[in-house]
Amino acid sequence: MTSPLLSIQDLSVHIRGDAGVARILDGITLSVPPGVTMGVVGESGCGKSTLLRAVLGILPRNASIPHGKLEFKGKDLIQVNWSAARGRIGFVPQDPYLSLNPVFRAGDQIREIMRKHAQGTRKDHARTLIDLFRAVQLPDPVGALAKYPHQFSGGQRQRLLIAAALACAPDLLVADEPTTALDVTTQREILALMRNLVSDKGLSLLFVTHDFGVLAALCDRVTVLYAGRVVESGLTSDVLRHPQHPYTRLLLACHPDRAVNLLGIPGTVPAATQQPEGCRFHPRCPIARAACSKEVPPLTPLGSSHLVACPWYPDALPEQALA
Amino acid sequence: MREILRVTGLEVELGKRRGLFRHKPGVRAVDGVDLVVHEGGILGIVGESGCGKTTLARTVLGLQCESEGKIEFSGHVVSGVPAHQARRMRRAIQYVHQDPGAALDPWWRLGTSLAEGLSIHGVTDRAEQKARIAEIMQAVGLDMAMTERYPHELSGGQQRRMGLARILLLRPKIVILDEPTAGLDLSVQASVLRLLYDLRDRFGLTYIFISHDLSVVRRVCDRIAVMYLGKIVEEGNAGDIFAAPRHPYTRALIAAAPHLDGVQTGPMLRGDPPSLRNVPSGCRFHPRCPVAQPRCTTEEPAFDSISEKQKVACNYWQDGISANQKPEGQAYATL
Repeated sequence: MTSPLLSIQDLSVHIRGDAGVARILDGITLSVPPGVTMGVVGESGCGKSTLLRAVLGILPRNASIPHGKLEFKGKDLIQVNWSAARGRIGFVPQDPYLSLNPVFRAGDQIREIMRKHAQGTRKDHARTLIDLFRAVQLPDPVGALAKYPHQFSGGQRQRLLIAAALACAPDLLVADEPTTALDVTTQREILALMRNLVSDKGLSLLFVTHDFGVLAALCDRVTVLYAGRVVESGLTSDVLRHPQHPYTRLLLACHPDRAVNLLGIPGTVPAATQQPEGCRFHPRCPIARAACSKEVPPLTPLGSSHLVACPWYPDALPEQALA
Repeated sequence: MREILRVTGLEVELGKRRGLFRHKPGVRAVDGVDLVVHEGGILGIVGESGCGKTTLARTVLGLQCESEGKIEFSGHVVSGVPAHQARRMRRAIQYVHQDPGAALDPWWRLGTSLAEGLSIHGVTDRAEQKARIAEIMQAVGLDMAMTERYPHELSGGQQRRMGLARILLLRPKIVILDEPTAGLDLSVQASVLRLLYDLRDRFGLTYIFISHDLSVVRRVCDRIAVMYLGKIVEEGNAGDIFAAPRHPYTRALIAAAPHLDGVQTGPMLRGDPPSLRNVPSGCRFHPRCPVAQPRCTTEEPAFDSISEKQKVACNYWQDGISANQKPEGQAYATL
């Protein structure tokens, strides 16, 4: 395999707040090779969004990175500053209704990004912009330049935002659940568009979601987060068909497509300021043992590319626990 | 099963103005809907945003006046009366908002919000209020101590439970759930769905379940009505519709729902639904329909029974079945 485009090693992010220091991310390791779509999946509070913000270099002010590496194209962005990646990482936000400025024309908003971050003259930019609008399949690309955001539907706005993310011809696209606000029919179109754009332009994609269905439709690989740690990662097909970590297994068993007997997972995700010692899932885990509350289980390889952070994975989770 | 709610030829016009100098035509958000709900059943209403799901629910509740049609509840006609009377006649039909947290007053303790509903509905005795609140809190799986808390202290799942508790206090027969699992994590969603089942069995409820999450609808509902631009285009048993959808729109909708196996098959629906101000002629789905014929542009299809339990509004429901099964998506993307 070629050297990864984005390589995160043992990254921790702490956020200082009134309730003490929250260890939002704790030793995250993941890498995105060129041309790979990587999904990051987990429930709310697991640190998905913080991970995205760290990659984009837009962590809040009270956040600190005590240790870890965040290498983009071989440069550690934490050491050399995020400006080294300027214009090379595109971001597709979650909410198409809130992410565009209502008083500026669509064309002007994207042109502004290009003026700030892309090379070339204004004429080049104008040409690229029309090409972009064509690439994201906006109806009437030329007319769309002069329209205001409210004149577009939700799906079209998401297309605009994808165009904005691609404006500087990035190498990596980072997306934060870009389809949650859309209808299933529109969602399918947007996913198909992203899949095609990523493979046509040879981009890498870091895609954060809580929807396993969307993940299966778009991503080659997946990393499952729980309470700020990676619990499992591997090819999407392996992880979804043969989940190994008890958390992944229980979570997938909650999916309406799979659920035999809707039970949920007992307990709740721990507060970020009160993370349990050892394996962070142990208070909710049906197969937890004494050692689980003391030692942090390392990510152990299982097969060629499947990693699991549970030492007991060969012991099948008793079927009752999933029923 | 006994029939509890019957809606016939319901039409709702929104935004119509008839002033002395200014006439403004309205839009038909609901345009001729027939629907039967059976006691103890769970009826799912699915469709894209703007198709009239919520307007239909508001009209059944009596929050929105119908312009045409009849609503019968437990054998009595409850439509065609002034708004305040309509709501009073339908007090056994209750509604849980899509965001039940936003429906709570942030300055009130949860107990106060719960008691308010009871007071409005005539239960003013403090002791009785407290007894009923305790019973319901236990039923929805919340601790009684929670009534001393404020809304911002609740998690997403607790908010849903609170929303259910508020209306269960009023002893409803039919509960309309608007996107009851939107924005919930998978594990919380599973426990909320479990709770809905338990409450139905315990209190003998009937649910109308509005959702766009087809995985959830498939799992939970026993009957399904598919809406498109104010009309129901297909209705039937959930199992039958998911196994063999007859209307091209239903097929596209089911095909679009992301599936854990990652396989997406069937036709992709292009574009957005047209505006209600500009409803296409003939079959209103024809501009987006993959199997539309010239006849569809002029002739509005009847809502026909194709079997004892399934109805569909398509001129060519028999033809499209095999034509549309071409797999188009991919299985898992491979490296």
